[in-house]
Amino acid sequence: MERIPILKMGQFLLVTIQVDLYDRLALDLEADLIKQISEYESRAVMIDISAVTIVDSFMGRILNNIASMARILDAETVVVGMQPSVAITLVELGLPLAGIHTALNVERGIALLQSKVGTDRRTLQSNND
Amino acid sequence: MSDSIVGLLRQKKNQILTLWMKNQLADGSLRDDLMSNAELRNQSEELLDTLTEVMTDETFTQLDDPALEPLFDLLAGISLSRARQGFTPRETGTYIFSLKAALLEILQHDRKNDLPLLLANTLQISKFIDNLGIRTFETFIQGREEVIIRQTDEMTDMMTPVVQIWDGILAMPLIGTLDSSRTLVVMENLLQEIVRTGSEIAILDISGVPTVDSMVAQHLIKTVNATRLMGAECIISGIRPEIAQTIVHLGIDLSYVITKATLASALKHAFTVMRLEVRKAGTTSFSN
Repeated sequence: MERIPILKMGQFLLVTIQVDLYDRLALDLEADLIKQISEYESRAVMIDISAVTIVDSFMGRILNNIASMARILDAETVVVGMQPSVAITLVELGLPLAGIHTALNVERGIALLQSKVGTDRRTLQSNND
Repeated sequence: MSDSIVGLLRQKKNQILTLWMKNQLADGSLRDDLMSNAELRNQSEELLDTLTEVMTDETFTQLDDPALEPLFDLLAGISLSRARQGFTPRETGTYIFSLKAALLEILQHDRKNDLPLLLANTLQISKFIDNLGIRTFETFIQGREEVIIRQTDEMTDMMTPVVQIWDGILAMPLIGTLDSSRTLVVMENLLQEIVRTGSEIAILDISGVPTVDSMVAQHLIKTVNATRLMGAECIISGIRPEIAQTIVHLGIDLSYVITKATLASALKHAFTVMRLEVRKAGTTSFSN
């Protein structure tokens, strides 16, 4: 069965969505992600959706849910690389994703999370080793 | 003598044409430079031929009869080609109305012994030709409107420029009235440019927008939200005092949108956010 891989980078979890999400896949991702945040005591989650071209209200809600659940577990969420068409659709659907941080690309997303959770690059690297 | 006007018209077609040409040539508004006399004669003859062909006693009073379509089509063609050739609406109008004078003259000559019939027929012809005149103008205006619509579309594309005013800072100076279709173009252009240039901050300058109603404000908020979703920040600048008044009176909440009075102060804010500093070049050398 298809699954979205979740990469652990020190205190961060990195998710890159390369396919258009269907509902089952999105629900699995939500469950897996929350489980791993709790397991690894992650401080932040970064979701890269630069390859996602189609979005619906369900997907918007999943993103919101992930952010809310992560916050309860004391982790920040950042969504990076949203395409203009996806952003317009979400706004038109009335889903401004209020609780989620956003960044233009992965690089900026990491910088943002580091400033948010107070982790500098050294800690990230030493955890990687 | 025939009782039917149409019969009379068919019978005296050549005479009418001669008279009509005479009327047209006598009129001072005739433009030799735009159309030769022979051409004018051909055009007039064609119109008159079609007129006598499609007209019957029924269609003469039934002005929306489908049988009259060929006549209206021909008239539309003449009107459009004249508009393109540079004739004024008045000249095109005179062209049609000089036909009325010719018809009435023939009619008067033929029916001088029966005044009530003459009056009735005169009214009929008058009404019919007036209708043709109105159609001519309709076509003329339609042609002009098409040009205006095309120009509006072109202007919409032209009036939404996105400029990179600093590394990582985009600005979009908006000029003119915003409506929903234009705002969508604005939003798309801005977001595409953010992706292309990787800019963190977009400044939407609305100092050239004369009025803001609730719909425009809503579109602006949508643009700000979409920008934020992409991971960039959107600043609205150049809000005029009267627009600020309108926004507050309409009860629109802009409190979570960063607004600045001028493009300059928006740029300054952007510099602060990006931790950039702009100084006079001389300052450092003096202090050293």
